[in-house]
Amino acid sequence: MNPIETRGILYHEPLIFELGAEGRSGASLPKLEVEEADPRDEFDSKQLREKSPDLPEVSEVEVVRHYTRLSQWNHSIDAGFYPLGSCTMKHNPRINEVTCRLPGFADIHPYQDESELQGAMQIIWELERFLCEIGGFARVSLQPAAGAHGELTGLMMIRAHHVKNGNPRKWVLVPDSAHGTNPASVTLNGYKPKQIASGEEGILRPEDVERAMEEVGGDEVAAIMITNPNTLGLFETHIAEIADIMHRYGAMVYMDGANLNALMGYLQPGKHGVDVMHYNLHKTFSTPHGGGGPGSGPVGVVEELVPYLPRPTVEKEEERFVWKFDRPLSIGRVRSFFGNFGVLVRAYTYILEMGAKGLKEATQLAVLNANYVRVRLQGKYTLEYKRPCLHEVVFSDRELKKETGVTTMDIAKRLVDYGVHPPTVYFPLIVQGALMIEPTETETPEEVERFCNIMESIFDEAKENPDVLHSAPHNVGLSRLDEVQAARRPKLRWVAKKDEKKA
Amino acid sequence: MRYLPHTTDDLERMLNKIGVETIDALFESIPDKLRVKEDLDLPEPLDEGALKDQLGALSVKNRALGCSSSFVGCGAYRHSVPATVDMLISRGEFFTAYTPYQPEVSQGTLQGAFEFQTITAELLGFDVANASLYDGASACAEAVLMMHRVQRRRRKVLISEGVHPEALETCRTFTEGVDDLDLEVIPLTKGGDLDLEFLKKKMSKDVAGVLLQSPNLFGIVENVREVVEIAEKERALVCQNVGEITSLGILESPGNMGCHLAVGEGLGICGPLNMGGPGVGLMACRDKYKRSMPGRLVGETVDTDGRRGYVLTLATREQHIRREKATSNICTNQALMALAFGIHMSLLGKRGFHRLSKINYSNSRYLRKKLHSLGIMAFPKAAHYNEFVVRAPGGDARQLTLEIRNKDGVDPGVPLGRFDEKWKDLLLVCVTERNTREQMDQLVTAFERHM
Repeated sequence: MNPIETRGILYHEPLIFELGAEGRSGASLPKLEVEEADPRDEFDSKQLREKSPDLPEVSEVEVVRHYTRLSQWNHSIDAGFYPLGSCTMKHNPRINEVTCRLPGFADIHPYQDESELQGAMQIIWELERFLCEIGGFARVSLQPAAGAHGELTGLMMIRAHHVKNGNPRKWVLVPDSAHGTNPASVTLNGYKPKQIASGEEGILRPEDVERAMEEVGGDEVAAIMITNPNTLGLFETHIAEIADIMHRYGAMVYMDGANLNALMGYLQPGKHGVDVMHYNLHKTFSTPHGGGGPGSGPVGVVEELVPYLPRPTVEKEEERFVWKFDRPLSIGRVRSFFGNFGVLVRAYTYILEMGAKGLKEATQLAVLNANYVRVRLQGKYTLEYKRPCLHEVVFSDRELKKETGVTTMDIAKRLVDYGVHPPTVYFPLIVQGALMIEPTETETPEEVERFCNIMESIFDEAKENPDVLHSAPHNVGLSRLDEVQAARRPKLRWVAKKDEKKA
Repeated sequence: MRYLPHTTDDLERMLNKIGVETIDALFESIPDKLRVKEDLDLPEPLDEGALKDQLGALSVKNRALGCSSSFVGCGAYRHSVPATVDMLISRGEFFTAYTPYQPEVSQGTLQGAFEFQTITAELLGFDVANASLYDGASACAEAVLMMHRVQRRRRKVLISEGVHPEALETCRTFTEGVDDLDLEVIPLTKGGDLDLEFLKKKMSKDVAGVLLQSPNLFGIVENVREVVEIAEKERALVCQNVGEITSLGILESPGNMGCHLAVGEGLGICGPLNMGGPGVGLMACRDKYKRSMPGRLVGETVDTDGRRGYVLTLATREQHIRREKATSNICTNQALMALAFGIHMSLLGKRGFHRLSKINYSNSRYLRKKLHSLGIMAFPKAAHYNEFVVRAPGGDARQLTLEIRNKDGVDPGVPLGRFDEKWKDLLLVCVTERNTREQMDQLVTAFERHM
């Protein structure tokens, strides 16, 4: 007898492949009403599957228990505070989960005739207009499936614009505080990233941008990518001057809108020199993160770039909505069908519920919560940029580490013991041992206070008993996992015992 | 506002602690001249009842397919997804979590992804699969870039005309900015399958790889082994885009037919079609190419007490470590849809999956036989799985579709003229396990009436 190992009611759950029994199935399939066809009549034996895929053999009950138990190993917004910086882990409203599942939205095929999809097309058309208004843009494409996908799409439009003008250009300026997706998107578009250092105040200085332009030859710069507020949670105050510099050279300004939750109702970037911006509906507009997708990364553009938008767009002709495929300058599609429509319905529902005032208030409270954390913790943890932040605040482990040997990773793991999801760690790279905290507006002041108290306790522990932090977490089903071994000898799939030698 | 918890007292207390008088003071870093001066122009906020009414009214402006008789496929297949799938992915622990950066508190997502990788690798016949990509079309584009990355000095990737037109267009869009990469399309023969003679002529040491789809756009099962043979003579790679995942219950996997990598789309398996998204992009490859793969990978490891656990791994391929040298810019994927895919596949299981495939195939054979005798099959000699093309008797497939829809209440398929005018007379008909014999007979009658 080998009892299942549990920790209270938390099960160390085997892999689904290790459950069940040969011959078992949780399938519910229709009876065949026609003659069973033999594929060998039609196919060469070499085209037919020799060995069935080795899928699990489990009943429905086993599947339900298995995945329910797995779910219990996750921390989630539903279960508690999740201050993961730059990810905007705000509450995911339940009504959104209901509206997106209405049969008229869920059970529709992308190739039904336009006349049968008018409601869905109206949502796309209206959501586009809502986002245009919030960001100050002429048009928005809802096709991209995630923020990074939106970045790629935005840069493609910038490239198409430059190609049309005779020279695609070579460089894209990227601040050193940028998210890794920025330089990666730059390369995928055939550009080279030119890094610019942030100034002493943690934001870009126009003179540094000017110098970078001169260094590589401004006429060869396609664009600058700016995250605003940047990854330190600070507003790029000189955004308009920087945009002027870029425009003087005929270059474009791309704004990474990942942090738009800090700006709703305060800044419409498209009206102040930003030419392209992506939105993250799964951050700012409350759609669930799903453990890492599905997201949605719409891209807004100013008038000049409208011809390059991915196709199709939705247009309103009289009272009818139509797909417009005939867009000769379009960069083309960036994916199949019409984007992650199910996610769009959720964001649309959210905006309708919030209205203009609600969105602005969300921004205000997000900024309030973040500043509260800043002020509460700045006496203990190192704050490299001592000024009000917007939606998130970044601390460093510099002094604490020097004094006690306790690192950001130790703090992160210790937070888990207190039932809090760790902040984003070691990012941005320009802050040593960064702890990037974004509480969001949906957290109550009590919860924010509790978090601050926990952070203070951990600070005290670091001074008194650093070992308890080095070996954290203690209070979870698994202790610290060996990531080095995982990378050194990658085991990326399960293999049946009998096949193990072959593998 | 129910999602905004702060009371007036809270505000006062917090502002006081921060040391400012108003919330606006926290926004001083935004220069006044840039600030929005008036309220945004958005509709008045709605309460939950009104939201339900308004969204409900919009939803009925669409025609939900429901139990209606539909033969519409073309990359978005209507399969029966058990209620269990949506119930399980609707657990807040799954859908309100994010990318598992902290493995000790994300084992649910991580183990689910590891199981998804195993299932995908098993279906496609490979050693390794990633934790998902956005969709099948962007997976095709990523495969093109990956083949080019593996074979750095070669500048061509050949793509079959039988690849779904939207995936083909996505490949073009993604490679536009890659200077040393040229895409070339290999046409289909009059019989609807890939022109292998043309492929042979185009094959050279300058070809990094070949992307083909099977079952292809017309539902035709390609001779993948021969494509591999042709490509390997010049050491080019081959990627198969699996047009319909359920075909893998009876058809040989790309890996076992010699492909170097494969991609696919899980829409229709992971949940309802949602007008095409979210679905889930699948990608798998041979072990030797794993470090060139885009996207997240989950690996098995142990904790300090030697207990098994899972973590994100091989991150040195990825943008957050490698920045401009990353294999891809992907950050978020389609984790929840990948989980749903894994749950559905677990429910089907080894036997159920094979059976599902057999039902699709048998239904298609039944329907094809009937339509064959009407003489409207466009590619009567080709081998198909669950989808095939008929030639519209009047020459206008869209017109025919609308007529049958209006007169018979049946969606007969997807008119291919939407992709290319030269296919104006072609109608792509898909039959799955959801189509009854009665529906199939009804479709035959409808076609007869329009002969």
